[in-house]
Amino acid sequence: MKFMMWVCVDDALIGTTEDCPDTWIADTGSRHLEGNQLRPVSDATTLWPRDGRVFVSDGPFAETKEQIAGYDILECADMDEALAIAARHPVAKFGAIEVRPIWE
Amino acid sequence: MTEAIEEAFRAEWGRVVATLIRLTGDWDLAEECTQEAFARAMAHWPQDGVPRRPGAWLTTTARNRALDRIRRAAAETNRLADLATIGSPEASTEDSFPDDRLKLMFTCCHPALPLEAQVALTLRTLTGMTTPEIARAFLVPEPTMAQRLVRAKRKIHNARIPYRVPPPSLLPERTSGVLGVLYLLFNQGYSNYSLVDEAIRLTRVLVSLMPHTPEASGLLALMLFHNSRRDTRLDASGDLVTLEDQDRSRWDQELIEEGIAVLDAALEQGHPGPYQLQAAIAACHATAPTASDTDWPRIAMLYEAMLRLNPSPVIELNRAVAVAMASGPSEGLALLDSLQDKLTGYHLLPATRADFLRRLGRIPEAAEAYREALELAPTDAERRFLTRRLSELDSA
Repeated sequence: MKFMMWVCVDDALIGTTEDCPDTWIADTGSRHLEGNQLRPVSDATTLWPRDGRVFVSDGPFAETKEQIAGYDILECADMDEALAIAARHPVAKFGAIEVRPIWE
Repeated sequence: MTEAIEEAFRAEWGRVVATLIRLTGDWDLAEECTQEAFARAMAHWPQDGVPRRPGAWLTTTARNRALDRIRRAAAETNRLADLATIGSPEASTEDSFPDDRLKLMFTCCHPALPLEAQVALTLRTLTGMTTPEIARAFLVPEPTMAQRLVRAKRKIHNARIPYRVPPPSLLPERTSGVLGVLYLLFNQGYSNYSLVDEAIRLTRVLVSLMPHTPEASGLLALMLFHNSRRDTRLDASGDLVTLEDQDRSRWDQELIEEGIAVLDAALEQGHPGPYQLQAAIAACHATAPTASDTDWPRIAMLYEAMLRLNPSPVIELNRAVAVAMASGPSEGLALLDSLQDKLTGYHLLPATRADFLRRLGRIPEAAEAYREALELAPTDAERRFLTRRLSELDSA
């Protein structure tokens, strides 16, 4: 079963901490299907419907202190396995990680 | 006969549901088929008599209902694979009658579920309390409670929360989650005795399934000690009666003796934890023939041990009370000073200071502290208690 991990970090902390996931990806092995870091939220663009038209605005979907900095997709037997892998991600020490099943 | 069925309902509901969930993987189907099995018992037992093993009879009946339903559904959707598991000989319940309730407890109390859903789901699946009953117990509208249960079951299914006893690496953390839910249930039920009884019954089940987990036994002992005093906690008008003033002759000695036996067996395992320590403190109160016989030095020592495990200002406050009782109010008063900042707004801090000052004869200061506590007290019963103390002070 596939799980998506949203890696969420306070924007100010990005690049200032030990958050390189290479070792984690290697340790996770075949259960790690793919993953990427995203460009900062200053490069984000969001679309909004308004009066039957679509508007484009600068910035992320939600203005919160912690923002999605990257994602990973895991193949796991169950939620506990996904949680255990997510807990070992370097960002889990200072950010937040949302784990959600992918609709299959 | 109704009694036999009620007895079977209390004793077997959780076990039948737990087995059916293992066999079918479908929580709603498990509940519905268990319900139907009890309905059949109601129809058949009065004529046929109570079966020799009511639990096995109920499980087999529920399993056959599930088999029928899956067979019908399979004819429509080709889910023959499901049939293979549930219909296989290993699934037969007459000979081997495994207990799946531990798995069910751990899954209901999984940390990925919101705490209020953990509590509701535990009650619904393990005790057989109905959704309206659970809604009433928690003062929540019935549709809200129904939705809470539906969402939790949906998440278990969609996010694939496993149905199992966690592996050793997760077991301590997850066990303390289960104990937390049971204790919450017990405390929520303080004024609702059916919840208290369910909490104790479930904790007994947990202890029987995890005999080498002393904290589970510690929690059971703690519940038994608290429950032994339940008829003396409130007076005729519903006001709180302090431990000191409770009528000890009305404490339930049978529960106290059981609590002591359970606690001793737990402590012998040599891994003390917060529940065992709280139970040991409750035991000091439960075994003192009069309030003045209470072993306060021991209680102070037990609070100190609790602080080492889990530093908390509320526990420090309790220790200060024990120290004041053991060595005098001025010793206790000294300990309160350091708590001022950590417990701002907590009514029991000024209430405790008021009590120490009263005993030291510093009446005007005591009155001032009682008034401060009165402003912060959250319940009417506590406000009435403090008002009474304040007026006793004036007349002294």
